[in-house]
Amino acid sequence: MLKIENLHVRVGGREILKGLSLEAKAGEVHAIMGPNGAGKSTLGNVLAGREGYEVTEGSVEYDRTNLLELEPEERAAAGVFLAFQYPVEIPGVNNTYFLRSALNAQRKRRGEAELDSVQFLKRVREKLAVLHLKDELLHRAVNEGFSGGEKKRNEIFQMALLEPKLAVLDETDSGLDIDALKMVADGVNAMRDPSRAFIVITHYQRLLDYIVPDFVHVLADGRIVESGDKTLALKLEEHGYAWVAQRTVAGAG
Amino acid sequence: MNIASAGNAVQAAEAVVSPGNERIVEAMNRRYEAGFVTDIATDSLPPGLDEGVVRWISKRKGEPEWMTDWRLAAYRHWLTMHSPEWAKLRIGAIDFQAISYFAAPKQGPKSLDEVDPKLLETYDKLGVPLHERAKLAGVAVDAVFDSVSVGTTFRKELAEAGVIFCSMSEAIREHPDLVRRYIGSVVPQGDNFFAALNSAVFSDGSFVFIPKGVRCPMELSTYFRINAGHTGQFERTLIIAEEGASVSYLEGCTAPMRDENQLHAAVVELVALDDASIKYSTVQNWYPGDENGVGGIYNFVTKRGDCRGARSKIIWTQVETGSAITWKYPSCVLRGDDSTGEFHSVALTHHCQQADTGTKMIHIGRNTKSKIIAKGISAGRGQNTYRGLVKVEKGAVGARNYTQCDSLLIGKRCGAHTFPYIEVKHPSAIVEHEATTSKISDEQMFYCRSRGISEEDAVSLIVDGFCKQVFRELPMEFAVEAKKLLEVSLEGAVG
Repeated sequence: MLKIENLHVRVGGREILKGLSLEAKAGEVHAIMGPNGAGKSTLGNVLAGREGYEVTEGSVEYDRTNLLELEPEERAAAGVFLAFQYPVEIPGVNNTYFLRSALNAQRKRRGEAELDSVQFLKRVREKLAVLHLKDELLHRAVNEGFSGGEKKRNEIFQMALLEPKLAVLDETDSGLDIDALKMVADGVNAMRDPSRAFIVITHYQRLLDYIVPDFVHVLADGRIVESGDKTLALKLEEHGYAWVAQRTVAGAG
Repeated sequence: MNIASAGNAVQAAEAVVSPGNERIVEAMNRRYEAGFVTDIATDSLPPGLDEGVVRWISKRKGEPEWMTDWRLAAYRHWLTMHSPEWAKLRIGAIDFQAISYFAAPKQGPKSLDEVDPKLLETYDKLGVPLHERAKLAGVAVDAVFDSVSVGTTFRKELAEAGVIFCSMSEAIREHPDLVRRYIGSVVPQGDNFFAALNSAVFSDGSFVFIPKGVRCPMELSTYFRINAGHTGQFERTLIIAEEGASVSYLEGCTAPMRDENQLHAAVVELVALDDASIKYSTVQNWYPGDENGVGGIYNFVTKRGDCRGARSKIIWTQVETGSAITWKYPSCVLRGDDSTGEFHSVALTHHCQQADTGTKMIHIGRNTKSKIIAKGISAGRGQNTYRGLVKVEKGAVGARNYTQCDSLLIGKRCGAHTFPYIEVKHPSAIVEHEATTSKISDEQMFYCRSRGISEEDAVSLIVDGFCKQVFRELPMEFAVEAKKLLEVSLEGAVG
């Protein structure tokens, strides 16, 4: 589904990703871990198409197309979703209205029929029930005045509603208490599906107790330096990122 | 004045565009959908203004002598005045002798059934429910085409409720006592340069009278359209709500695309007696000129409401997307004790549009309350100024004002300016002013786009959210229209 090869990305003139390669197949959950400044968020932003991220080398193939050629809204319609580390407030715009606009814009682009408000609300109710969310979130403006936890929950809710094929979660666990963390994890687990891939970017192993990944990758200094199964996350937790750095240096030497 | 030639000029301009650019031309035309010219014979005065013109207009309308004298007094006063220069606007010199002060479709209609079908077509294109559609929509419409009113719907139904809703010319003929008692009582002839000009040459407008205790059974609405070239439009509207009466009134405005500037200098007067309420909503979509600031309407309007009676209430709601230049301050004089004034406004300036708009709330009575919600949106090279006065007079014990003034900037070359004036002469007054300036951030744009929403739709979504507080005040159909207008007006604002 997703094949990243030798990706080099510059942000503000500085090279952040320095030859990152990663392959994710439908049905898989990949965890990306790494120290601050390793380029984790850059990866998420590049996949979603944020401006200011200059790809100087390498390729990203998604569903047999060149993802890097698509506009952000085209990527969304093609099934790419980024759960933001810092979700953005849009004052005065009703959350439900926003989501319906987004969903219908995607459907229109894919040549599918748009949902009317009855069909849309039915879908909303279903997703709310699965995520155990209160519908109070729906009546407020997009992220306006939301607590940190509410914003992250809203991201998961959006993901559930938009049903992407490739979901990238950018430090969705940061700043969450244990209950909110469980809720986010439950949401992701409920959506695990043979046709869907997840890339879960996180700083801490904690989230991976709840979302059990198929693969764990360590991102350091702009590239994947170590890949393994879920036990890799536990090793990292035990030894810290310095351990990987040492091994990498040793390996290189 | 040859209207047909103006129509041909537009077509000729389109013909030079190569076939490959059809889509762009189409998009450009869509930007101002009301920009067509109706080919209809008009009867207009040659350009120029003197006492003879004022007398001619008055005579042509069959006015009584007092009205002619009233006009002449206004004209003589106007001669001593100068065009105001305090607004933050760059206005090219206006040659008042180059304007024609009267244009009317040649066949004067006697009833709606006699109205030229071409005119009705025009209103159809504009979406004005003049004919049968009016009945379905339940809105009574008075349509002013150039200088004269072409028909008022629902006359009979309104008359049963005792409501008078007719053109100003007709009101002067049929209800002279009412007109004489109230005209100029809110905006006197010499109030300001443009109001004085209007008082001298006003050609038509709407008149509404809601008698004591009557709640007007339907929304009233007027559609103004400037069609003829080189003409000014000077309509005058007077709305009176007697004790305990209430009415909601809507006005909409459009004009064809022309590369000259056309002057629109209207006066609106509202009078609310004890316990009366008047809600006045405007969706203004005059031709704004092109991207380079060529053409467009000069919209220099004086609107004022007098809360003359105790517990009376006047609400102004306006959505201003059109005009090359807007100079307009719908105001409330809160004379009656416990009276309330409100002003809700969205003003948008794109390309080279300029707006200096706001309100005045004059607190005179005891325990008077006012609320101002002003939203300014600037895009392109648009300049948007909020200018507002909150004045609490000596006797206004317990006066209360809340002002919220928000500006939204789109792009780097536009400007937003705020000039709040506050004058308080009673220590018990509570006056609050809140102001914010924001930009549509790259973060917001990317967030919307990453969810699948296109750039243009993201802008309208964010702008719509910004205007929510004001749109809520508009009647339902108008809120939808206002939202669409903003979308069309902002096309090409980003990217």
